[in-house]
Amino acid sequence: MKVIRDTGILFTRSMYHIFRSPDTILTVAITPVAIMLLFVYVFGGAIQTGEGNYVNYLLPGILLIAIASGISYTAVRLFSDVQTGFFQRMHSMPIARSSVLWGHVLTSLFSNALSVTLIVLVAFLMGFRPAAGVLQWLAVVGILALFTLALTWVAVIPGLCAKTAEGAGVFSYPLIFLPFISSAFVPTASMPTAVRIFAEHQPVTSIVDTVRSLLLSQPVGNGIWVALAWCLGIAAVAYFFAMRVYRRFF
Amino acid sequence: MTDTVIDVEALCKSFKTTKVLSGVDFQVQRGEIFALLGSNGAGKTTTIKILSTLLQPDSGSASVCGFDVVRDPKKVRECISLTGQFTAVDGLLTGRENLRMIARLRGVMDVNRTADTLLARFGLTTAANRRVNTYSGGMARRLDIAMSLVGTPAVLFLDEPTTGLDPEARLEVWQTVRDLAGGGTTILLTTQHLEEAEQLADKIAILHGGQLIAEGTLSELKKLFPPAKVEYIEKQPSLEEIFLAIVGGKVGK
Repeated sequence: MKVIRDTGILFTRSMYHIFRSPDTILTVAITPVAIMLLFVYVFGGAIQTGEGNYVNYLLPGILLIAIASGISYTAVRLFSDVQTGFFQRMHSMPIARSSVLWGHVLTSLFSNALSVTLIVLVAFLMGFRPAAGVLQWLAVVGILALFTLALTWVAVIPGLCAKTAEGAGVFSYPLIFLPFISSAFVPTASMPTAVRIFAEHQPVTSIVDTVRSLLLSQPVGNGIWVALAWCLGIAAVAYFFAMRVYRRFF
Repeated sequence: MTDTVIDVEALCKSFKTTKVLSGVDFQVQRGEIFALLGSNGAGKTTTIKILSTLLQPDSGSASVCGFDVVRDPKKVRECISLTGQFTAVDGLLTGRENLRMIARLRGVMDVNRTADTLLARFGLTTAANRRVNTYSGGMARRLDIAMSLVGTPAVLFLDEPTTGLDPEARLEVWQTVRDLAGGGTTILLTTQHLEEAEQLADKIAILHGGQLIAEGTLSELKKLFPPAKVEYIEKQPSLEEIFLAIVGGKVGK
Protein backbone atom coordinates (compact mmCIF):
# COMPACT_ATOMS: atom_id res chain seq x y z
CA MET A 1 0.00 0.00 0.00
CA LYS A 2 1.36 3.32 -1.12
CA VAL A 3 -0.26 5.31 1.72
CA ILE A 4 1.43 3.14 4.32
CA ARG A 5 4.82 3.25 2.61
CA ASP A 6 4.73 7.04 2.14
CA THR A 7 3.41 7.66 5.66
CA GLY A 8 6.27 5.52 6.96
CA ILE A 9 8.86 7.55 5.03
CA LEU A 10 7.45 10.86 6.27
CA PHE A 11 7.12 9.53 9.83
CA THR A 12 10.80 8.55 9.76
CA ARG A 13 11.61 12.07 8.62
CA SER A 14 9.81 13.72 11.54
CA MET A 15 11.35 11.24 13.94
CA TYR A 16 14.74 12.64 12.86
CA HIS A 17 13.37 16.04 13.88
CA ILE A 18 12.32 14.76 17.29
CA PHE A 19 15.61 13.07 18.05
CA ARG A 20 17.64 16.01 16.76
CA SER A 21 15.71 18.46 18.92
CA PRO A 22 14.85 16.33 21.97
CA ASP A 23 13.98 19.58 23.78
CA THR A 24 10.49 19.17 22.32
CA ILE A 25 10.04 15.97 24.36
CA LEU A 26 11.65 17.46 27.47
CA THR A 27 9.74 20.75 27.49
CA VAL A 28 6.51 18.81 27.05
CA ALA A 29 7.42 16.71 30.09
CA ILE A 30 8.94 19.40 32.32
CA THR A 31 5.92 21.64 32.95
CA PRO A 32 3.60 18.77 33.93
CA VAL A 33 6.33 17.34 36.16
CA ALA A 34 6.71 20.76 37.82
CA ILE A 35 2.93 20.96 38.36
CA MET A 36 3.01 17.46 39.81
CA LEU A 37 5.83 18.38 42.23
CA LEU A 38 3.98 21.54 43.23
CA PHE A 39 0.69 19.78 43.89
CA VAL A 40 2.14 16.76 45.64
CA TYR A 41 4.68 18.52 47.87
CA VAL A 42 3.11 21.98 48.35
CA PHE A 43 -0.69 21.80 48.07
CA GLY A 44 -1.13 18.04 48.39
CA GLY A 45 -1.03 17.95 52.18
CA ALA A 46 -4.12 20.14 52.35
CA ILE A 47 -6.11 18.33 49.66
CA GLN A 48 -8.58 15.65 50.75
CA THR A 49 -9.22 13.18 47.95
CA GLY A 50 -10.28 10.11 49.86
CA GLU A 51 -7.35 8.30 48.25
CA GLY A 52 -4.39 8.07 50.62
CA ASN A 53 -1.70 8.39 47.95
CA TYR A 54 -2.06 11.80 46.23
CA VAL A 55 0.38 10.93 43.42
CA ASN A 56 -1.94 8.05 42.49
CA TYR A 57 -4.85 10.48 42.43
CA LEU A 58 -3.06 13.22 40.51
CA LEU A 59 -1.14 11.39 37.78
CA PRO A 60 -3.93 10.90 35.19
CA GLY A 61 -4.66 14.65 35.09
CA ILE A 62 -0.95 15.44 34.79
CA LEU A 63 -0.70 13.11 31.80
CA LEU A 64 -3.61 14.87 30.08
CA ILE A 65 -1.92 18.25 30.65
CA ALA A 66 1.25 16.86 29.06
CA ILE A 67 -0.65 15.61 26.00
CA ALA A 68 -2.56 18.89 25.65
CA SER A 69 0.70 20.83 25.57
CA GLY A 70 2.52 18.21 23.45
CA ILE A 71 0.13 18.55 20.53
CA SER A 72 0.98 22.24 20.15
CA TYR A 73 4.32 21.05 18.75
CA THR A 74 2.40 19.09 16.15
CA ALA A 75 0.65 22.28 15.09
CA VAL A 76 3.99 24.12 14.91
CA ARG A 77 5.63 21.33 12.87
CA LEU A 78 2.73 21.36 10.42
CA PHE A 79 2.83 25.13 10.20
CA SER A 80 6.51 25.09 9.34
CA ASP A 81 5.95 22.49 6.61
CA VAL A 82 3.28 24.70 5.07
CA GLN A 83 5.48 27.80 5.35
CA THR A 84 8.65 26.32 3.88
CA GLY A 85 6.83 24.94 0.85
CA PHE A 86 7.46 21.36 1.95
CA PHE A 87 3.74 20.61 1.54
CA GLN A 88 3.78 21.99 -2.00
CA ARG A 89 6.75 19.87 -2.90
CA MET A 90 5.01 16.78 -1.53
CA HIS A 91 1.75 17.56 -3.28
CA SER A 92 3.42 17.97 -6.65
CA MET A 93 4.98 14.51 -6.28
CA PRO A 94 3.40 11.15 -7.14
CA ILE A 95 2.78 10.13 -3.52
CA ALA A 96 -0.34 9.32 -1.52
CA ARG A 97 -1.61 12.76 -0.45
CA SER A 98 -3.00 11.78 2.92
CA SER A 99 0.40 10.43 3.97
CA VAL A 100 1.60 14.02 4.42
CA LEU A 101 -0.85 14.54 7.30
CA TRP A 102 -0.68 11.00 8.67
CA GLY A 103 3.10 11.26 8.98
CA HIS A 104 2.59 14.17 11.37
CA VAL A 105 -0.21 12.44 13.25
CA LEU A 106 1.92 9.35 13.91
CA THR A 107 4.79 11.58 15.01
CA SER A 108 2.46 13.28 17.46
CA LEU A 109 1.35 9.93 18.93
CA PHE A 110 4.92 8.74 19.25
CA SER A 111 6.44 11.91 20.75
CA ASN A 112 3.58 12.27 23.24
CA ALA A 113 4.06 8.64 24.23
CA LEU A 114 7.71 9.44 25.01
CA SER A 115 6.76 12.46 27.16
CA VAL A 116 4.06 10.51 28.99
CA THR A 117 6.47 7.64 29.71
CA LEU A 118 8.99 10.10 31.11
CA ILE A 119 6.36 11.61 33.45
CA VAL A 120 5.17 8.18 34.62
CA LEU A 121 8.77 7.29 35.51
CA VAL A 122 9.09 10.49 37.58
CA ALA A 123 5.76 9.67 39.24
CA PHE A 124 7.12 6.27 40.26
CA LEU A 125 10.02 8.05 41.96
CA MET A 126 7.51 10.26 43.78
CA GLY A 127 5.58 7.30 45.13
CA PHE A 128 3.12 6.38 42.38
CA ARG A 129 1.98 2.84 43.15
CA PRO A 130 -0.55 1.50 40.60
CA ALA A 131 -2.46 -1.73 41.16
CA ALA A 132 -3.37 -2.27 37.51
CA GLY A 133 -2.93 -5.61 35.74
CA VAL A 134 -1.79 -6.04 32.14
CA LEU A 135 -5.26 -5.59 30.65
CA GLN A 136 -5.90 -2.46 32.67
CA TRP A 137 -2.55 -0.99 31.59
CA LEU A 138 -3.44 -1.74 27.99
CA ALA A 139 -6.76 0.02 28.46
CA VAL A 140 -4.95 3.05 29.93
CA VAL A 141 -2.54 3.14 26.97
CA GLY A 142 -5.49 2.82 24.59
CA ILE A 143 -7.48 5.67 26.14
CA LEU A 144 -4.45 7.98 26.30
CA ALA A 145 -3.58 7.16 22.68
CA LEU A 146 -7.14 7.88 21.61
CA PHE A 147 -7.10 11.18 23.55
CA THR A 148 -3.79 12.10 21.86
CA LEU A 149 -5.20 11.20 18.45
CA ALA A 150 -8.31 13.32 19.05
CA LEU A 151 -6.31 16.38 20.17
CA THR A 152 -3.79 15.86 17.35
CA TRP A 153 -6.57 16.25 14.79
CA VAL A 154 -7.65 19.39 16.64
CA ALA A 155 -4.03 20.62 16.36
CA VAL A 156 -3.96 19.99 12.61
CA ILE A 157 -6.51 22.80 12.09
CA PRO A 158 -4.42 25.71 13.50
CA GLY A 159 -1.31 24.05 12.06
CA LEU A 160 -2.75 24.48 8.56
CA CYS A 161 -4.51 27.85 9.04
CA ALA A 162 -2.14 29.81 11.28
CA LYS A 163 -0.37 32.90 10.01
CA THR A 164 2.51 32.72 12.49
CA ALA A 165 4.26 29.93 14.40
CA GLU A 166 3.09 31.42 17.71
CA GLY A 167 -0.47 31.45 16.42
CA ALA A 168 -0.15 27.77 15.56
CA GLY A 169 0.92 26.95 19.11
CA VAL A 170 -1.32 29.03 21.39
CA PHE A 171 -4.58 27.19 20.76
CA SER A 172 -3.48 24.53 23.23
CA TYR A 173 -3.44 26.87 26.28
CA PRO A 174 -7.16 26.53 27.02
CA LEU A 175 -6.82 22.77 26.63
CA ILE A 176 -4.02 22.76 29.21
CA PHE A 177 -6.35 24.51 31.67
CA LEU A 178 -9.28 22.12 31.29
CA PRO A 179 -7.82 19.54 33.72
CA PHE A 180 -7.70 22.21 36.47
CA ILE A 181 -11.49 22.54 36.28
CA SER A 182 -12.10 18.81 36.53
CA SER A 183 -11.66 15.98 38.98
CA ALA A 184 -7.95 15.84 38.11
CA PHE A 185 -6.64 17.71 41.18
CA VAL A 186 -9.51 17.67 43.69
CA PRO A 187 -12.82 15.81 43.81
CA THR A 188 -15.58 17.81 42.11
CA ALA A 189 -17.80 17.54 45.20
CA SER A 190 -15.81 20.35 46.88
CA MET A 191 -16.57 22.86 44.08
CA PRO A 192 -19.39 25.48 44.00
CA THR A 193 -22.45 24.20 42.11
CA ALA A 194 -21.95 26.01 38.79
CA VAL A 195 -18.28 25.05 38.56
CA ARG A 196 -19.09 21.52 39.65
CA ILE A 197 -21.68 21.08 36.91
CA PHE A 198 -19.17 22.23 34.31
CA ALA A 199 -16.41 20.07 35.80
CA GLU A 200 -18.54 16.95 35.88
CA HIS A 201 -19.70 17.28 32.32
CA GLN A 202 -16.51 18.18 30.49
CA PRO A 203 -14.44 15.46 28.80
CA VAL A 204 -11.41 15.62 31.09
CA THR A 205 -13.27 14.45 34.21
CA SER A 206 -14.58 11.25 32.65
CA ILE A 207 -11.22 10.47 31.07
CA VAL A 208 -9.27 11.23 34.27
CA ASP A 209 -11.68 9.18 36.42
CA THR A 210 -11.51 6.24 34.03
CA VAL A 211 -7.72 6.23 33.79
CA ARG A 212 -7.43 6.58 37.57
CA SER A 213 -9.82 3.70 38.22
CA LEU A 214 -7.96 1.50 35.76
CA LEU A 215 -4.56 2.33 37.29
CA LEU A 216 -5.84 1.63 40.80
CA SER A 217 -7.68 -1.50 39.63
CA GLN A 218 -11.07 -0.17 40.72
CA PRO A 219 -14.34 -0.68 38.80
CA VAL A 220 -14.69 1.85 35.97
CA GLY A 221 -18.49 1.68 35.69
CA ASN A 222 -20.17 3.55 32.85
CA GLY A 223 -17.51 6.27 33.01
CA ILE A 224 -15.28 4.42 30.56
CA TRP A 225 -17.98 4.62 27.85
CA VAL A 226 -18.45 8.33 28.45
CA ALA A 227 -14.67 8.79 28.22
CA LEU A 228 -14.45 6.78 24.99
CA ALA A 229 -17.42 8.64 23.52
CA TRP A 230 -15.73 11.99 24.24
CA CYS A 231 -12.45 10.88 22.66
CA LEU A 232 -14.07 9.38 19.58
CA GLY A 233 -16.46 12.32 19.25
CA ILE A 234 -13.69 14.94 19.42
CA ALA A 235 -11.56 12.89 17.04
CA ALA A 236 -14.38 12.55 14.49
CA VAL A 237 -15.40 16.23 14.57
CA ALA A 238 -11.78 17.47 14.49
CA TYR A 239 -10.89 15.05 11.67
CA PHE A 240 -13.86 16.27 9.64
CA PHE A 241 -12.89 19.94 9.99
CA ALA A 242 -9.16 19.27 9.57
CA MET A 243 -9.81 17.49 6.26
CA ARG A 244 -12.07 20.31 5.12
CA VAL A 245 -9.35 22.87 5.81
CA TYR A 246 -6.77 20.62 4.18
CA ARG A 247 -8.82 20.25 0.98
CA ARG A 248 -9.56 23.95 0.86
CA PHE A 249 -5.94 25.01 1.08
CA PHE A 250 -4.28 22.24 -0.88
CA MET B 1 3.01 18.29 -32.39
CA THR B 2 4.40 15.16 -30.73
CA ASP B 3 7.12 17.26 -29.17
CA THR B 4 4.82 19.62 -27.34
CA VAL B 5 5.38 18.84 -23.66
CA ILE B 6 3.36 21.61 -22.06
CA ASP B 7 0.16 22.79 -23.71
CA VAL B 8 -1.84 25.60 -22.13
CA GLU B 9 -5.08 26.84 -23.70
CA ALA B 10 -7.32 29.72 -22.61
CA LEU B 11 -6.37 29.26 -18.97
CA CYS B 12 -8.40 31.35 -16.50
CA LYS B 13 -8.16 31.57 -12.75
CA SER B 14 -9.65 33.98 -10.22
CA PHE B 15 -9.26 34.25 -6.49
CA LYS B 16 -12.53 35.56 -5.07
CA THR B 17 -12.98 38.76 -7.07
CA THR B 18 -9.44 39.10 -8.39
CA LYS B 19 -8.88 37.79 -11.88
CA VAL B 20 -5.34 36.42 -11.91
CA LEU B 21 -5.25 34.66 -15.28
CA SER B 22 -7.62 35.65 -18.07
CA GLY B 23 -7.04 33.43 -21.08
CA VAL B 24 -3.43 32.36 -21.22
CA ASP B 25 -2.17 30.20 -24.12
CA PHE B 26 1.30 28.85 -24.75
CA GLN B 27 3.19 25.72 -25.72
CA VAL B 28 6.57 24.45 -24.61
CA GLN B 29 8.54 21.96 -26.72
CA ARG B 30 10.70 19.12 -25.44
CA GLY B 31 14.11 20.22 -24.15
CA GLU B 32 13.21 23.90 -24.27
CA ILE B 33 13.85 26.49 -21.59
CA PHE B 34 10.70 28.58 -21.48
CA ALA B 35 10.69 31.71 -19.35
CA LEU B 36 7.53 33.33 -18.01
CA LEU B 37 8.48 36.91 -17.40
CA GLY B 38 6.39 39.30 -15.38
CA SER B 39 6.23 41.59 -12.39
CA ASN B 40 4.91 40.58 -8.98
CA GLY B 41 1.28 39.53 -9.12
CA ALA B 42 1.31 38.97 -12.89
CA GLY B 43 0.12 35.37 -12.46
CA LYS B 44 3.41 33.51 -12.91
CA THR B 45 3.17 31.45 -9.74
CA THR B 46 -0.52 30.74 -10.33
CA THR B 47 0.33 29.34 -13.77
CA ILE B 48 3.04 27.12 -12.29
CA LYS B 49 0.71 25.93 -9.53
CA ILE B 50 -1.95 24.94 -12.03
CA LEU B 51 0.59 23.10 -14.18
CA SER B 52 2.00 21.25 -11.16
CA THR B 53 -1.52 20.17 -10.05
CA LEU B 54 -1.53 22.29 -6.88
CA LEU B 55 -4.39 24.50 -8.09
CA GLN B 56 -7.37 23.86 -10.32
CA PRO B 57 -8.07 26.27 -13.16
CA ASP B 58 -11.52 27.88 -13.42
CA SER B 59 -11.65 27.31 -17.15
CA GLY B 60 -9.41 26.51 -20.09
CA SER B 61 -7.15 23.50 -20.24
CA ALA B 62 -3.59 22.59 -19.47
CA SER B 63 -1.72 19.40 -20.18
CA VAL B 64 1.77 18.22 -19.33
CA CYS B 65 3.39 15.28 -21.14
CA GLY B 66 0.03 14.66 -22.79
CA PHE B 67 -1.88 14.34 -19.51
CA ASP B 68 -4.58 16.79 -18.50
CA VAL B 69 -3.74 18.46 -15.17
CA VAL B 70 -7.36 18.28 -13.95
CA ARG B 71 -8.38 14.84 -15.21
CA ASP B 72 -5.08 13.03 -14.74
CA PRO B 73 -3.16 14.77 -11.94
CA LYS B 74 -1.45 11.56 -10.83
CA LYS B 75 0.04 10.94 -14.28
CA VAL B 76 1.15 14.57 -14.45
CA ARG B 77 2.88 14.34 -11.06
CA GLU B 78 4.83 11.33 -12.29
CA CYS B 79 6.50 13.31 -15.04
CA ILE B 80 7.05 16.68 -13.35
CA SER B 81 9.01 18.21 -10.53
CA LEU B 82 8.42 21.54 -8.84
CA THR B 83 11.02 23.80 -7.31
CA GLY B 84 8.84 26.36 -5.59
CA GLN B 85 9.49 29.99 -4.89
CA PHE B 86 10.77 29.22 -1.40
CA THR B 87 13.53 26.70 -0.94
CA ALA B 88 11.63 23.63 0.27
CA VAL B 89 14.39 21.67 1.93
CA ASP B 90 14.30 20.13 5.38
CA GLY B 91 16.74 22.12 7.51
CA LEU B 92 17.03 19.53 10.25
CA LEU B 93 18.04 16.78 7.85
CA THR B 94 21.40 16.56 6.10
CA GLY B 95 21.68 17.09 2.35
CA ARG B 96 22.01 13.36 1.79
CA GLU B 97 19.01 12.56 4.01
CA ASN B 98 16.88 15.07 2.11
CA LEU B 99 17.74 13.41 -1.19
CA ARG B 100 17.24 9.90 0.17
CA MET B 101 13.81 10.83 1.51
CA ILE B 102 12.67 12.13 -1.88
CA ALA B 103 14.21 9.11 -3.63
CA ARG B 104 12.25 6.75 -1.36
CA LEU B 105 9.03 8.67 -1.93
CA ARG B 106 9.56 8.52 -5.67
CA GLY B 107 10.21 4.80 -5.45
CA VAL B 108 13.70 5.06 -6.94
CA MET B 109 15.48 1.69 -6.95
CA ASP B 110 18.95 2.62 -5.76
CA VAL B 111 18.34 5.30 -3.14
CA ASN B 112 21.96 5.72 -2.03
CA ARG B 113 23.43 5.89 -5.50
CA THR B 114 20.82 8.40 -6.63
CA ALA B 115 21.65 10.60 -3.64
CA ASP B 116 25.40 10.35 -4.14
CA THR B 117 25.19 11.05 -7.88
CA LEU B 118 23.11 14.17 -7.36
CA LEU B 119 25.31 15.40 -4.50
CA ALA B 120 28.36 15.09 -6.74
CA ARG B 121 26.61 16.73 -9.68
CA PHE B 122 25.63 19.77 -7.60
CA GLY B 123 28.96 20.11 -5.83
CA LEU B 124 27.49 19.17 -2.46
CA THR B 125 29.49 16.02 -1.71
CA THR B 126 31.61 17.61 1.02
CA ALA B 127 28.50 19.12 2.64
CA ALA B 128 26.44 15.93 2.24
CA ASN B 129 26.43 15.00 5.91
CA ARG B 130 25.86 18.49 7.25
CA ARG B 131 22.43 19.67 8.32
CA VAL B 132 20.89 21.82 5.64
CA ASN B 133 20.24 24.75 7.99
CA THR B 134 24.02 25.29 8.00
CA TYR B 135 24.06 25.66 4.18
CA SER B 136 24.39 29.00 2.40
CA GLY B 137 21.44 30.25 0.35
CA GLY B 138 23.03 29.10 -2.90
CA MET B 139 23.84 25.65 -1.56
CA ALA B 140 20.31 25.21 -0.23
CA ARG B 141 18.87 26.24 -3.58
CA ARG B 142 21.15 23.80 -5.41
CA LEU B 143 20.02 21.03 -3.06
CA ASP B 144 16.44 22.13 -3.69
CA ILE B 145 16.92 21.72 -7.43
CA ALA B 146 18.81 18.45 -6.90
CA MET B 147 15.80 17.16 -4.93
CA SER B 148 13.60 18.04 -7.88
CA LEU B 149 15.76 15.92 -10.18
CA VAL B 150 15.41 12.69 -8.23
CA GLY B 151 13.85 10.15 -10.56
CA THR B 152 14.77 12.29 -13.62
CA PRO B 153 11.43 13.98 -14.32
CA ALA B 154 10.80 15.02 -17.90
CA VAL B 155 9.57 18.50 -16.94
CA LEU B 156 10.95 20.83 -14.34
CA PHE B 157 9.12 23.88 -13.00
CA LEU B 158 11.33 26.52 -11.45
CA ASP B 159 9.45 29.33 -9.74
CA GLU B 160 11.80 32.31 -9.43
CA PRO B 161 14.82 30.06 -8.90
CA THR B 162 17.29 32.87 -8.22
CA THR B 163 15.22 35.27 -6.13
CA GLY B 164 17.14 36.13 -2.98
CA LEU B 165 20.42 34.61 -4.15
CA ASP B 166 23.71 36.47 -4.35
CA PRO B 167 25.23 36.98 -7.83
CA GLU B 168 27.59 34.02 -7.59
CA ALA B 169 24.87 31.64 -6.49
CA ARG B 170 22.69 32.97 -9.29
CA LEU B 171 25.35 32.11 -11.86
CA GLU B 172 25.61 28.62 -10.36
CA VAL B 173 21.87 28.11 -10.73
CA TRP B 174 21.94 29.42 -14.30
CA GLN B 175 24.66 26.96 -15.22
CA THR B 176 22.67 24.15 -13.62
CA VAL B 177 19.58 25.07 -15.63
CA ARG B 178 21.57 25.16 -18.90
CA ASP B 179 23.11 21.76 -18.17
CA LEU B 180 19.70 20.27 -17.46
CA ALA B 181 18.17 21.58 -20.66
CA GLY B 182 21.24 20.30 -22.52
CA GLY B 183 20.39 16.87 -21.10
CA GLY B 184 16.87 16.97 -22.55
CA THR B 185 14.84 18.19 -19.56
CA THR B 186 12.04 20.60 -20.44
CA ILE B 187 12.17 23.62 -18.16
CA LEU B 188 9.52 26.19 -17.42
CA LEU B 189 10.87 28.96 -15.26
CA THR B 190 9.41 32.19 -13.97
CA THR B 191 11.42 35.26 -13.26
CA GLN B 192 11.11 38.97 -12.76
CA HIS B 193 14.70 39.55 -13.84
CA LEU B 194 14.89 40.45 -17.49
CA GLU B 195 18.52 39.44 -17.62
CA GLU B 196 17.71 35.97 -16.35
CA ALA B 197 15.25 35.37 -19.17
CA GLU B 198 17.72 36.79 -21.65
CA GLN B 199 20.55 34.58 -20.40
CA LEU B 200 18.68 31.31 -20.18
CA ALA B 201 15.53 31.08 -22.18
CA ASP B 202 15.00 29.65 -25.64
CA LYS B 203 11.58 31.22 -25.57
CA ILE B 204 10.22 34.07 -23.51
CA ALA B 205 6.60 34.90 -22.73
CA ILE B 206 5.68 38.14 -21.03
CA LEU B 207 2.78 37.82 -18.63
CA HIS B 208 1.05 41.02 -17.68
CA GLY B 209 -2.28 41.52 -15.96
CA GLY B 210 -3.20 37.87 -16.41
CA GLN B 211 -2.52 37.74 -20.15
CA LEU B 212 0.44 36.93 -22.35
CA ILE B 213 1.23 40.17 -24.11
CA ALA B 214 4.26 38.92 -26.05
CA GLU B 215 5.84 35.57 -26.80
CA GLY B 216 8.79 34.40 -28.84
CA THR B 217 12.54 33.92 -28.95
CA LEU B 218 14.69 36.79 -27.80
CA SER B 219 15.45 37.81 -31.39
CA GLU B 220 11.75 37.65 -32.27
CA LEU B 221 10.95 39.89 -29.34
CA LYS B 222 13.69 42.28 -30.39
CA LYS B 223 12.08 42.58 -33.83
CA LEU B 224 8.97 44.00 -32.18
CA PHE B 225 10.99 47.12 -31.61
CA PRO B 226 12.02 49.59 -34.30
CA PRO B 227 15.40 48.76 -35.91
CA ALA B 228 18.29 49.60 -33.66
CA LYS B 229 20.20 52.70 -34.49
CA VAL B 230 23.92 52.66 -34.15
CA GLU B 231 25.33 54.81 -31.40
CA TYR B 232 28.76 54.89 -29.87
CA ILE B 233 28.79 54.86 -26.10
CA GLU B 234 31.46 54.20 -23.56
CA LYS B 235 30.85 50.78 -21.98
CA GLN B 236 30.98 51.19 -18.24
CA PRO B 237 31.30 47.96 -16.26
CA SER B 238 28.12 47.21 -14.29
CA LEU B 239 28.36 46.97 -10.52
CA GLU B 240 27.70 43.27 -10.88
CA GLU B 241 30.70 42.83 -13.18
CA ILE B 242 32.87 44.80 -10.77
CA PHE B 243 31.64 42.76 -7.81
CA LEU B 244 32.29 39.48 -9.58
CA ALA B 245 35.71 40.56 -10.81
CA ILE B 246 36.77 41.52 -7.30
CA VAL B 247 35.46 38.42 -5.54
CA GLY B 248 36.84 36.24 -8.35
CA GLY B 249 33.56 34.73 -9.56
CA LYS B 250 33.02 33.73 -13.14
CA VAL B 251 31.06 36.28 -15.12
CA GLY B 252 27.99 34.75 -16.78
CA LYS B 253 28.30 33.35 -20.31
